[in-house]
Amino acid sequence: MAETIIKLENIVKKFYIGKPNELEILHKISLEVKKGEFVSIVGPSGSGKSTLMNLIGILDRPTEGTYVLDGIDVSKAADKELSAIRNKKIGFVFQTYNLISRTNALKNVELPMLYAGIGKSERVKKAKELLELVEMGDRAKHLPEELSGGQKQRVAIARAMANDPAILLADEPTGALDSKTGRLVMDLFHKLNKEKGITIVLITHSNELASETGRIITIRDGNILSESKGGKA
Amino acid sequence: MVMLWENIKLAFTSLLANKMRALLTMLGIIIGIASVIAIMTVGDSLINYISEEMNSMGANNIMVSIQPRTDEDNMFSTMMGGAMMMDPISDQDKITPEMLEKLAEQYKDEIKAITVVDENGSGQITKGTDYANVYVAGINIGYFVSTDVEFVAGGVFSERDLEEGRPVAIVSSIVVENLFGGDNEKALGSTIEVDTNGKFAEYTIVGVYDYVVQNMADMMQARKDISTNMYIPYRASINQTHNDNFTNFYVVANNGVDSDILAKQIDRFFEGYYRNNEDYQVGAFNMQTMVEMVGSMVGMVTTAISIVAGIALLVGGIGVMNIMLVSITERTREIGTRKALGATNGSIRIQFIVEAMIICLIGGIIGLILGILGGQFAANLLGYPAVPSISGIVTSLIFSMIIGVFFGYYPANKAAKMNPIDALRYE
Ligand SMILES: Nc1ncnc2c1ncn2[C@@H]1O[C@H](COP(=O)(O)OP(=O)(O)OP(=O)(O)O)[C@@H](O)[C@H]1O
Ligand SMILES: [Mg+2]
Repeated sequence: MAETIIKLENIVKKFYIGKPNELEILHKISLEVKKGEFVSIVGPSGSGKSTLMNLIGILDRPTEGTYVLDGIDVSKAADKELSAIRNKKIGFVFQTYNLISRTNALKNVELPMLYAGIGKSERVKKAKELLELVEMGDRAKHLPEELSGGQKQRVAIARAMANDPAILLADEPTGALDSKTGRLVMDLFHKLNKEKGITIVLITHSNELASETGRIITIRDGNILSESKGGKA
Repeated sequence: MVMLWENIKLAFTSLLANKMRALLTMLGIIIGIASVIAIMTVGDSLINYISEEMNSMGANNIMVSIQPRTDEDNMFSTMMGGAMMMDPISDQDKITPEMLEKLAEQYKDEIKAITVVDENGSGQITKGTDYANVYVAGINIGYFVSTDVEFVAGGVFSERDLEEGRPVAIVSSIVVENLFGGDNEKALGSTIEVDTNGKFAEYTIVGVYDYVVQNMADMMQARKDISTNMYIPYRASINQTHNDNFTNFYVVANNGVDSDILAKQIDRFFEGYYRNNEDYQVGAFNMQTMVEMVGSMVGMVTTAISIVAGIALLVGGIGVMNIMLVSITERTREIGTRKALGATNGSIRIQFIVEAMIICLIGGIIGLILGILGGQFAANLLGYPAVPSISGIVTSLIFSMIIGVFFGYYPANKAAKMNPIDALRYE
């Protein structure tokens, strides 16, 4: 049995705490993900999927509950430690790509390695390899504005992989792409999951894509409604 | 450090992405630094010029000159001499040779020499296609007592040269280099023709002195173009200029004589002649005191203008802070992305501080260049060789970086403290 990499226990997330419009978005959510799993999160708009994902990616802190990531209790960690964990253990893929617009594809892929303090030559070498992996090697010197959506997303995936993270978090990565390009991105995730054994958590509105993953978690109104095995397992 | 260099490159990319905005932001810094440097250049050049001029005459010498009667005893107008005076001094108000003889007689124990200089004008010696630029000055025997001049060939004028005002000249080693291929022996006894503003005169070289390049103005031009002093007998000079009487002269005190006291005695001596002159009087000043006086005056002006420039820099700094705040708001999502990729608060802070610093530094460098050019222009306009102030250059660059750090810190810190998810969700 593979070991647990993500362990959420009784996670509550509230906004506008202490104000009259206080809002509880996630209600005592508990969730466990094992190393090497490919999990998808589905549910209606506004149900709290992204909120949950942001907590998993420690971009935000839960209001209540504990979160242990790869053996580290991150609910108690300081800002600086969280930066290091995001840098080394987590790779993010956003719906809107979020590439740094003024720098080219190669530099974008180098960025997480720069924050990890890796030297120039090693950074460039690794970044080029990753761009090859996502079949964007010939576009290394292109600025984001010179790339199509699908190409940008592939660069973003290469960037997410820069520091060989344990987990890849993707919030609607195909949401802005047509189904053919979405297919390419999805194939890439499968490849990374299979070949590199990377744990992937994917939010999607597409039941078809969700069904390809190992486990489907359905969220409604801030609760986990159900879990089901996907087609992959 | 890897990060710092990357941050510098990053700062340049983001500035280049917004060139016009960056330039406008820098304007305050540019104006501030340019004015500080221009003023410092003019001030330093002035001090330099005056002290060089005075030191070449010996710091313990006394300058005596006619000055308009004003309410206060004004050293500055003395120093600026005739140059600043509006009306030319009439001949009867000037110091006569008889007065000088009397002065030398009365204080013969205290006075080593009296130097008079007749400014004949600047000119050019030509010989075939060769030329040498000179300032021609008529001098008396006292000149070489008060001035450090090292002869490399020949020597001072003879008594008869001076008395009869013979057409003889002492030239610099530069002139010999330019016209005689550096052969001093060949130069001695040769006749040269000098053109001073269209007046031609011939002189025989009797002495060559060693010219040492020392001021910046000389260093900045080709050696053959440097203008050096050419001396002719005082009488030979006034035969052309007809300046029979003097507006100023120098006194060299004997060793062991307090030049301050001698200056007062000279004052009193001339008060005897000028008591009833309503327009003019004669003032005598010790060179050392004058150098200090000029220095402190220039220093005061520099300080005053530096305060104004400081305000310009402050306004410039606030402009930088403002634009950094705008830029950080615009780049909120970028900041969020960077944090998601593992940027620490510290690295975000450094990124924006470096950016602010680069804006200020570039502004500072542009200001510096404009300031040096402006200062040079102004110094040349006033007729002084310009000396770029090294201390001014260094301080202004450091200062502009400090402005960058100071006014960049608040926006940078604001960026650093953004919550990653709020920054990412920013629309
Ligand atoms: N920072 C915040 N401040 C206030 N409310 C928030 C904040 N973030 C999320 N919410 C609220 O939480 C709820 C869940 O939002 P979330 O983005 O998690 O939904 P989602 O399931 O990802 O929806 P979608 O499928 O449309 O992306 C929404 O009602 C939203 O308004
Ligand atoms: Mg969402």
